Amino acid sequence: MDSEFQKQLQMQLIKAKPGDVITIPEGIHPINRGLSLNVSGVTLRGLGMDKSILSFKGQVQGAEGLLVNASDFTIEDLAIEDTAGDALKINEGRNIVIRRVRTEWTNGPDEKNGAYGIYPVQAENVLLEDSVAIGASDAGLYVGQSQNVVVRNNRVEFNVAGIEIENTVYADVHGNVARNNTGGILVFNMPDLPNPGHSTRVFDNEVVGNNTENFGAEGTPVASVPAGSGIVINSNDRVEIFNNVITDNNTANIIISSYFATGYQGTREVADDYDPYPETIYIYGNTLSGGGSAPDGLELKALKVAKFGLTGSFPDVLWDGYVNTDKSDEHGRLLPEFAICVDNDTAEVLNVDLGNGSEKIVIGDEQHRCTHERLPAVMLTAPLY
Amino acid sequence: MLVALLAACGRPPTVVLHPVDAPPPRLSDWGVVLADGRVLEFNAGVIPYDLNMPLFSDYALKLRSVWMPAGTSAQYREAREFEFPVGTILSKTFHYERAGERDGVPLDVVRADRESGLDADGHLDLDRYVLVETRLLVRYDDGWQALPYVWNDTQDEAFLELAGDVRSIRLNDGRERQPFVYVVPDANQCGGCHKPDHTAAKMRPLGPRAWQLNREYRYPDGLRNQVEYWSASGMLAGAPESLPGGVRWAAPGDASPEQRARAYLDANCAHCHNANGPADTSGLDLGIGAPLGRRYGVCKPPVAVGRGSGDRPYDIYPGRPDDSILVYRMAHSDPAIAMPELGRSTVHREGVELVRDWIAGLAGDC
Repeated sequence: MDSEFQKQLQMQLIKAKPGDVITIPEGIHPINRGLSLNVSGVTLRGLGMDKSILSFKGQVQGAEGLLVNASDFTIEDLAIEDTAGDALKINEGRNIVIRRVRTEWTNGPDEKNGAYGIYPVQAENVLLEDSVAIGASDAGLYVGQSQNVVVRNNRVEFNVAGIEIENTVYADVHGNVARNNTGGILVFNMPDLPNPGHSTRVFDNEVVGNNTENFGAEGTPVASVPAGSGIVINSNDRVEIFNNVITDNNTANIIISSYFATGYQGTREVADDYDPYPETIYIYGNTLSGGGSAPDGLELKALKVAKFGLTGSFPDVLWDGYVNTDKSDEHGRLLPEFAICVDNDTAEVLNVDLGNGSEKIVIGDEQHRCTHERLPAVMLTAPLY
Repeated sequence: MLVALLAACGRPPTVVLHPVDAPPPRLSDWGVVLADGRVLEFNAGVIPYDLNMPLFSDYALKLRSVWMPAGTSAQYREAREFEFPVGTILSKTFHYERAGERDGVPLDVVRADRESGLDADGHLDLDRYVLVETRLLVRYDDGWQALPYVWNDTQDEAFLELAGDVRSIRLNDGRERQPFVYVVPDANQCGGCHKPDHTAAKMRPLGPRAWQLNREYRYPDGLRNQVEYWSASGMLAGAPESLPGGVRWAAPGDASPEQRARAYLDANCAHCHNANGPADTSGLDLGIGAPLGRRYGVCKPPVAVGRGSGDRPYDIYPGRPDDSILVYRMAHSDPAIAMPELGRSTVHREGVELVRDWIAGLAGDC
């Protein structure tokens, strides 16, 4: 049967009025069905992410722990644990603040864990800060199809993807710590969605030792992310990676790839309006070390040994080498405005030439010695600032 | 007779429209659905109806009704639900045929894939059927309000449960007994289906659309087409002579597998999976009018699918139902995998079979 607390919380959510603050008291509160909020202007507030805990262990219904279909929403200082599906999903809202929230699957990495920890989608003006995401079988923090987003000072561990920014326009991802995920920070564009993403800045993050074996459910896109991926850009444009500490990610500290390289099924024919190529990428000023020593997957392993020896390592940046021929010159190099630019001490790009069966593997090609104009900072607008 | 009896007990002899901010705790206070523990019937002026293609809800049988204030009528619309006047009350009563004893726990019911058990005289025999919940949709000035009422054990009253409820039920098909947790959605979750335009976020009825209502119904005075009956009795204005056809789940006649499957997917999926729906985040549109292409799922790879793909490459893989995500999600009841997300805890075997067979017969490749 439902607990009294659950019923009371449901009633507060159902009867909420704009301006309401709903308080989650200290304690572990068992909830067995999905909660939802449909009223804008509501704040949900606990007494701390280790004190006010909504525990969904044994959830019988609901694809999320808490589903929010509303704007001007703030959630802070609480935890959502062990949901069947996503922990917190915010579908289509403006002015969203998620602060000091923890989402966790307490049993650790497991394919049966829910997919996303904190998941704003089709949202606008979003601040996600000082939060913690652990154990998601897809992405710990997943911002999808959104606009004007700041993801800062969060900690993500033991997820398949620590942070994923997908089909999102103008996102700043900074000050986060991504450790022990399969992939640390992902910036992706997926096909068949209303809008492509672009313009994401990833800076001042610690992306360290993301070598947890991929435990994503087979068939979900992130299941193809190799363990040991630091920062991954896939099919996204205008991405800037700077001032991060990116170390000890065993496949590569930075991976730049197209939709074709993902190994997803369904890549044979790409939707007409979809741009599968990563373009206008700018990498500079990062502290890179210790990556690429033990790549995941037989092909990458073999490639590493063949090119760099048993004890050698991949360069810091791995690129699949796919280019749009309409945007490249007669040598197959991207035109300057679309180039992948790496201006980062001694960091080199390894082009694995995946499109041609890795026939012409190139290291440190001159085409990457370039710069781009910097992207502007994301300015959150009122009432978030 | 029953109505008179109830009136004598202090219950409203007529339908009562309550203010939007004061929904009564007892269903009987509306005077729409009347039950005394032995029989359920509708009040005068409350007209039962049925849909061609219902949403699957754990094999519950559904008894629907409409009531409109005297002198008002609904306006016909072709593509979406009829425009109902302010004051309209729609009801939907979820019931099962009893399989075991009356007070058994869990409740033992017949697993049957069929239409409501209302008899030709407009009575539902409560010795034979058990009532679980009645949901009302009430049209106010500023839109529709959803109210879930849960029936008591004595089957003579249902109580407003805005927070929803759970019930332990066992489906019995004569060979096996399948226990499951029946979930009465909470009032917010009603919007999970009944706000098919997620941006507008307005509650709307889903069933009473032309193609869904265009079928025969057994009225006390005989079989009549529902839309014609509504028009003839002044409940509906503006209906054209020629109505869009609908496939009837319970009697599909000579409808093609594609017509059946697409009508089924519209009724069960398109309230979220439409161009403006809450599931437009997936890029999948299963509306009955959507072209049968990539956006309909044909050769469409998954996006934010989580655990829901089952390692299958496309939503619909022509000729290969076992490689189609649609079939996988329909065939699961785990909340992280199951589609639809709300409204079912069990698998609709017959629905899965229909969609599976249709996909198996689809020509083409990806």
